Amino acid sequence: MAEKTTQNPQGWWPQMKRLLLSFSVPLGAVLLALIIGAIIIEVSGASAWKAYTALAKGAFGNAAGWQRTLEKSTPLIFSGLAVAFAFKAGLFNIGAQGQLLFGAITAAWVGFAVHGLPPGLHAAVALAAGAVAGGLYGAIPGALKTYTGAHEVITTIMLNYIAMGFTDYLANGPLKDTTPGNIVARTPAILDSAKLPTWGWLPFGFVLALIGAGFAWWLLQRTTLGFEIRTVGQNPHAARYAGMKVARTVILTMVISALFAGIGGAVETQGVVGRYEPGFNANLGFDGITVALLGKTNPFGVIPAAMLLGAMRAGSNVMQFKAHVAQEITDVVQALMLFFVAADMIVRWLLRIRAAEEGEKITLSTGWGSH
Amino acid sequence: MNTPASFANWKIFWKRWGVLTVISVITLALIAYYYSKTPQITEAVLASTLRQSVPLVLGALCGLLGERAAVINIGIEGQMLLAAFLAFLVNVYTGNLLLGVLAGIAVGALLGLLLAFMSVTLKIDQIIGGTVINILAIGLTGYFYKVGLSAHGKLNPIPLGPLAKIPLIGPVFFNNPPITYATILLVFLVHYVLFYTPWGLRTRAVGEHPRAADTLGINVYLVRYVNVVVGGALAGLAGAYLSLEAVGSFERLMTNGRGFVALAVMIFGKWTPLGAWGAALLFGFATAMQTQLQFGGQLHIPHQFIGMLPYLLTIIVLAGFVGRARPPAADGIPYEKEG
Repeated sequence: MAEKTTQNPQGWWPQMKRLLLSFSVPLGAVLLALIIGAIIIEVSGASAWKAYTALAKGAFGNAAGWQRTLEKSTPLIFSGLAVAFAFKAGLFNIGAQGQLLFGAITAAWVGFAVHGLPPGLHAAVALAAGAVAGGLYGAIPGALKTYTGAHEVITTIMLNYIAMGFTDYLANGPLKDTTPGNIVARTPAILDSAKLPTWGWLPFGFVLALIGAGFAWWLLQRTTLGFEIRTVGQNPHAARYAGMKVARTVILTMVISALFAGIGGAVETQGVVGRYEPGFNANLGFDGITVALLGKTNPFGVIPAAMLLGAMRAGSNVMQFKAHVAQEITDVVQALMLFFVAADMIVRWLLRIRAAEEGEKITLSTGWGSH
Repeated sequence: MNTPASFANWKIFWKRWGVLTVISVITLALIAYYYSKTPQITEAVLASTLRQSVPLVLGALCGLLGERAAVINIGIEGQMLLAAFLAFLVNVYTGNLLLGVLAGIAVGALLGLLLAFMSVTLKIDQIIGGTVINILAIGLTGYFYKVGLSAHGKLNPIPLGPLAKIPLIGPVFFNNPPITYATILLVFLVHYVLFYTPWGLRTRAVGEHPRAADTLGINVYLVRYVNVVVGGALAGLAGAYLSLEAVGSFERLMTNGRGFVALAVMIFGKWTPLGAWGAALLFGFATAMQTQLQFGGQLHIPHQFIGMLPYLLTIIVLAGFVGRARPPAADGIPYEKEG
């Protein structure tokens, strides 16, 4: 569907109404997923009400809860941005996880191996290094897609496994923490000068994530590159006909998308973990998809979606402890959310939501890219 | 041009089968050479190649049944995972292996039905539909998995009488567990159905030109539904293979990307069952070598790099063959009835 901005009535109320309507489906999806999640909890013999209240308390009950929620939301925002950004060009980047791992370990390496930089600068250099590492790793599926037609869904997933193996090798070999007594795979702790601060309950990484969302929005909506990306996403043939360099745009989109994931990894290392340890956030690539779709692939929509999932992650410990419901119920609820948001017709039919005027509709690269 | 007929025939034969013949001859020569050197290891690697190829070939058959009817199934991984889990659970609680396998098949088929509902009826983007299945499977298996459950036995090799005593061929082909035998039969069965039956013709018509098929009275939706559901059953069998035949237990995320590798296998095999089998054997060989290298200890490569082999191979295959192999023309496009 073409851009409709020109046909839409101007003025703040119609626009606001349109915005609210466009988010009614994600909200409905969340609601339905929570209801079905509750049924599953009840069926497995626990109290859904207790579970959900414990979850909410764990996530928002006190300052520590808020901090945990924001910390968990941060990498989700970044991986959601990575997925949403690539989506705009019709690309499905499931490789956020691998890109994030490379970002995380590179930031850790710069964080512990580079000495003598002033605090702020060291942290910035480590962040930048993580971003570049992630971005370069994202260039691979972009280039493969452009030059060989290999579909990014499979290549990015394969690259995730390769990244897991490679970072595991690094953390067990060349970059291993050699302090006496350490037997696990991990890098040395990063220097204090490379750490990201936490102000009260507000982690600096979360602020960076908000800035990242603003940057993604600006890039997509206010720059020529963004226009090209959106055009390629809506109609690659038209884009080519209009003289846009589709190949270059595809690679560049993947790189920028992966940059977000790379920073996400760096922030996790520098702001939360303090070093690189393999195995954290094993499903971030898939989580990013849920976040992006719940946020309607809008960079600002990604923020509340990521905070919702982040809160579920942050509160799930408390829920398991207090209500005796396994943490993994959050994964089930999350999968249901994705299902309902993808199957928006079901949600509309069940909740009697009028078919709202949708904004732009993106066709993902279907087929195997050979045409 | 007065080329003799036999020479022209030879040229056509060479063009069609040349590469395959050369590869087969080299492969057989290599196998004979290594068998003369180290018979036990050669036998072990080849037997392991065949078994490692089982989930890949089943996954690829699932993928190509769907895609021949123009439905892309990116959820094979999730179908395998949930099927592996349910096959395991049913076995744990009933003690019966056959019931477990049937449960796996049923779960795979059920997820196939969900995918068909999403992509044929709701016309959701098929890539997203498959992703929903993958995430759902990870979530459900994670939530319902309990540490400490153990399966009652596993599917063991059944030697086929005197056939199993033939040197090399016997231990490799005729001393396998049931799902491995079934897989070999299924390859030929799907090949037959796809290319020699009316149903196969309808399936391919629906995948290439649904409008024309519809005009001829073929029920496009029904063909797609049936193919995706049957494909799901095959992916379910692959899942049962993983938990009840290969390991005899269930681990979280035990599919390890095989569902996605299977798609590369399908593409490498040019959307044909026999081609997919060949491709799956190549991948199976990579995995078998990986195990051999890890435990043989002849090479000093970090095990993480050896573990990457199948994934690297997948990328190389995709990069090298996607451009040249032609998918069904309507692949991935939902069908809208006219009027």
